[in-house]
Amino acid sequence: MTTLLVLTVLVLVAIAIWQLTKIFELSQLRVDASRSEIADDSDNRTNGYLLFGFLIFIYGITIFSFAKYTKVLLPEAASAHGDEYDTLMWVSFAVIFFVQTITQALLHYFGYKYRGEKGKKALFYADNDRLEFIWTIIPVIVLAGLIISGLYYWTNIMDINDEDDPLVVELYAQQFNWTARYGGEDNVLGDASVRLIDINRANVLGLDESDPNASDDVIVKELHLPVGRKVNFYMRSQDVLHSAYMPHFRAQMNCVPGMITQFSFTPTITTEEMRLNPDVVEKVKRTNALRAQWAAEGRPDSDPWEFDYVLLCNKICGKSHYNMQLKIIVETEEEYNQWIQEQTTFAETVTVANTTAQPETSDEAITAVTETEAVVVNE
Amino acid sequence: MSAIAHAHAEDHAHDDHGHHHKETFITKYIFSQDHKMIAKQYLITGLIMGFIGIAMSLLFRMQLAWPGESFPIFEALLGKWAPDGVMDADVYLALVTIHGTIMVFFVLTAGLSGTFSNLLIPLQIGARDMASGFLNMLSYWMFFLSSLIMVISLFVEAGPAAAGWTIYPPLSALPMAQPGSGAGMTLWLVSMAIFIASSLLGSLNYIVTVINLRTKGMSMTRLPLTIWAFFVTAVIGVISFPVLLSAALLLIMDRSFGTSFFLSDIFIQGEVLHYQGGSPVLFEHLFWFLGHPEVYIVLLPALGITSEVMATNARKPIFGYRAMVASILAIAFLSTIVWGHHMFISGMNPFLGSVFTFTTLLIAIPSAVKAFNYITTLWKGNLQLNPAMLFSIGLVSTFITGGLTGIILGDSTLDINVHDTYFVVAHFHLVMGISALYGLFAGVYHWFPKMFQGRMMNKNLGYIHFWITAICAYGVFFPMHFVGMAGVPRRYYQNTAFPMFDELTNVQVLMTVFALIAGLAQLVFVYNFISSIFYGKRGPQNPWNSNTLEWTAPQEHMHGNWPGEIPHVHRWAYDYSKTYENGEYIIPGQDFVPQHIPLQENEEELNH
Repeated sequence: MTTLLVLTVLVLVAIAIWQLTKIFELSQLRVDASRSEIADDSDNRTNGYLLFGFLIFIYGITIFSFAKYTKVLLPEAASAHGDEYDTLMWVSFAVIFFVQTITQALLHYFGYKYRGEKGKKALFYADNDRLEFIWTIIPVIVLAGLIISGLYYWTNIMDINDEDDPLVVELYAQQFNWTARYGGEDNVLGDASVRLIDINRANVLGLDESDPNASDDVIVKELHLPVGRKVNFYMRSQDVLHSAYMPHFRAQMNCVPGMITQFSFTPTITTEEMRLNPDVVEKVKRTNALRAQWAAEGRPDSDPWEFDYVLLCNKICGKSHYNMQLKIIVETEEEYNQWIQEQTTFAETVTVANTTAQPETSDEAITAVTETEAVVVNE
Repeated sequence: MSAIAHAHAEDHAHDDHGHHHKETFITKYIFSQDHKMIAKQYLITGLIMGFIGIAMSLLFRMQLAWPGESFPIFEALLGKWAPDGVMDADVYLALVTIHGTIMVFFVLTAGLSGTFSNLLIPLQIGARDMASGFLNMLSYWMFFLSSLIMVISLFVEAGPAAAGWTIYPPLSALPMAQPGSGAGMTLWLVSMAIFIASSLLGSLNYIVTVINLRTKGMSMTRLPLTIWAFFVTAVIGVISFPVLLSAALLLIMDRSFGTSFFLSDIFIQGEVLHYQGGSPVLFEHLFWFLGHPEVYIVLLPALGITSEVMATNARKPIFGYRAMVASILAIAFLSTIVWGHHMFISGMNPFLGSVFTFTTLLIAIPSAVKAFNYITTLWKGNLQLNPAMLFSIGLVSTFITGGLTGIILGDSTLDINVHDTYFVVAHFHLVMGISALYGLFAGVYHWFPKMFQGRMMNKNLGYIHFWITAICAYGVFFPMHFVGMAGVPRRYYQNTAFPMFDELTNVQVLMTVFALIAGLAQLVFVYNFISSIFYGKRGPQNPWNSNTLEWTAPQEHMHGNWPGEIPHVHRWAYDYSKTYENGEYIIPGQDFVPQHIPLQENEEELNH
C-alpha cells in the first residue's frame, strides 16, 4: 500500500515537473520571444532568494535529522575505550558543526546578498595575505589538536598486549557465518591452518590435533564475554575478506585469509545491564511496536525483539553478506565461568566425530555440517 | 610591435591549413582528431554511462527502502535476476559494484576530465589542437571500447562483477566465492585495463600540450585555474593509474594462471586451494594507491571548472589565485600519500595507520583554503546566477559538508566504528560524487555554447534541474550519516536480519524517495541537453562576458580553432571589474578585460 502511495507521489512529482517546465516555456514565449538564455536581473533576484531559502533548508534538514534520528544512534559504548571514542567523536562533531554552520551561512548569504543587478560594480579584490594566513593557520591548529588526540587513543586501542590477564578468543570467519574459539583451561589457542580442516572428523577450523594447546579449545557459535576482563581477539578467515564489526563496543577489524589480525577491548556493561539502559529500553519499545505492526500485516520474522549485542560482517563477502552475524553475550564472571564449563572441548568433539563418522557414512557427516551452516545462515 | 606581429604571423602561417582538405562524415564525427569533437564524444559517452549508473543506483535504493518487495520494473530490467520482481541478493551486489565503477571511472574520470580537458586545454591556452591529435583519438576510442566491454559484462550468464567497485580479492578472484567473479570479473578487469591505457594516453597528451603549446604571453601564472586543475589531474593520473594496472594484471594472473600474489590459505566449498603466501592487503595497498588519488582526479577538474565559472559569474577575480594554485599542488602531492586511510582496520600495522592519519588530516588544510577562497570570491561580487553559477555554488556547499566528515573518517580512531558503514557512503557521495557531478553540470551549462556552435541551454530548465537536484542530494545523503552512525554496514542487500536496524526503515524510504525524484530531475537535463543541441537559441560569441581565450574563437567550429593568428596573451584570466584609481573600468562600459587585450596606458598589472 505504502509502495503504491509512494509511486503515485513520484508520478505526480514527475507530472508537476513536466507541467512546471511547460509553464516556464510558455511564459517565456509570451513575455519576450527573443529573451536570451543568460541570467538577467529577475533571474538573479529569484535565484538569490532561493539561495537564501536553500540555506534555511540546509539548517532545516540538519535540525530535522538531529531531532528525529539522534535516537536511532548506537547506545552508550559498552567497552572501556568506547567512552574515549565517543568523547572524541562528539568533540569532532562540535568542530564540524561549528564550521558547517558558519561556512554554509556565508556561502549562501553572499549568494543572496550580492546577487547581480545591471550596472552594479563588483569589487576587484584579488588577494589578501593576512586573510589567507588566518584561514590556513586556524585549520592547522584545530587539526593538530584532533590529530594528536586521535593518535593518542589509536595507539592505546591498537596496543594489543598480554597485560591484565586477557581472555584469548579467536573469531573465525567463513561464508557466511562466524565461529568463536576460546583458549580453554590454558587460555592458549592451539595452532590451526586451513590445510588441516577435516570436515569428516568435525575439525572445521583446521586445528592442529598434535598441538597440546588445541585439545582444550572450546569452539562455539555464540560469543560469551565476562564483563570487566580484557579480551584479546585473534581473527582468521578461511575464504574471503570479512570484517568483525562490533558496533556497541566501538570495535572492528578485518579478517584476512592468510594472516591473523588482532583487536582488543574490555567489555564494561553486561547484556542484562544494557537491556535496562533507558535509550535501549526506548529503542526496543519502538522497534517492537513496529514489529507488531509488521506481524499484523503478516510479514515473516516479525517476532518481538530483545536487545542483544551483535557481531556483524562489515566487508563485502558474497551473497549472504547481509546476514552474517554472531550473538555476543556479556555476563558476569560467574555466569561466564559456568557457561564455559558446560561447553565441550575440541578434544571431545573431534573424538566423538571420530567414533561416529565411519568411512561409509562420511557423506552424511558432510550433509550434517552443511545443514548446521545453513541453519546459522538462516537465523 | 609590428615586428612582433610579423614574426608571429610567420610562426603560425603554416598552422592555418584546416579548410584545405575536405572532411568526410567519418573523419569529422567518428574518427575525428579534432579536440572539440573528441570532447563531445567523451561527454556524450560519459553521459550515457552516467544514465546507466544512476539508473542502477535507483534500482538498489528501491530494494533498500522496500526490501524483498516485488516491482515489475525489477523484472523488466533484471529478468532472471529478479524472479517474480523480487531482486536477487547477488544482483544487488552487482548493481552496487557496477554503479560505483561506472560513476567513478566512466562518468567522473572520463566524462568530466576527458570532456573538459579536451575542450578547454587547447582553447584556453591558445593552441590549434592537442599535441597529438592521433593519440587523442586513440584515447577516446579505447575509452569507448572499455565502456562497451563494461556494458557487455552486464549480460554475462553468471552476472557481472559483484565484489564491490574496489574488487578486493579473494572475493573477486574466486568464481566459487560469488558468481560474479567468473566471466563478469574477467570482463571488468579487461575493461579497466583498457580504460587505464586510455586514461594514460589522454593524460600524457594533456601534460605535453599544457607545457609546450601555450600561446605567446601565456605564462604558467597566467593560466586559468581550469587548466591548472586539468594539468595537475593529468600528472596525478600518470603517477597513479599504472599502479592500478599492475594490481589488475596481478589479479588476472592469480585468477587465470594460478599465481599467489593476493591469495593464501583458502578453504572454500569443501576444498583447500593451492594458493600460498599472497596477501589481500597487498592488493588493498595497490588499489588505493590509485584509488585515493582517483578521488582528486575526479574532484580537481570540478574545482577548476568552479573557479572559472565562479569568477566569471561573480564578475570578480578569483580570490587568492596563487593560493589556489598552491593548494591544487599541495592536494596533488598529499593525495598520493594518504591511501592508507582506507585500510586502518585492514590488518596492516597500526603504526602505518598513525602515519596515514597524519597525512590525511593535513590534506584538509589546502581543501579548507580552497573553500574559503571560493566564499571570498562571492563577497561583494555582482553575481550572475546562471545555472552554471548555481551548480558551482552548490559544489562548494557539498564540498564543505562532505569534506568536514572526512575529519572523522581520516582519524584512525574514529574510523574504527564508522568504517564501511553508510557514514562513509554519505561522506564520499557528497564530497566527490555530488560535488564532481555539480562540476560536470556547471561545465556543461557554461561551455555548451562553445561545444555546440553558440547554441545555449535553456536556463529555466537549468534552474529546475539545479534546485531539484540540490534539495534531493542533501535529502538523500544528509540523513545517511545517521544511518551510518547507527552502525548499518554498506553493501547489505537488506537490513532485515538485524532488528536493531528496523526503525531505520523509514529513513531508507525517505532517502529513496529523494533519490527517485533526483533521478527524474536528471531527465529534465537530458531533455534540455538534447533539444538545445538542435534547437537551442544562439547566444553572442562571448555569452558570459568571460576573459578566457576560448571565447575569442568563432562559434562555428573549425580545425585549428582560430582563423588567422592565434591571439596573444597580455594579462591573467581574472581581470573582472578592474578599474583605474578613479573608479572607471579599464575598458569603458565593460566590466571585463579579456586576456588578449594588451595592458592599457596607466594600467597597473595587479594580480598574482
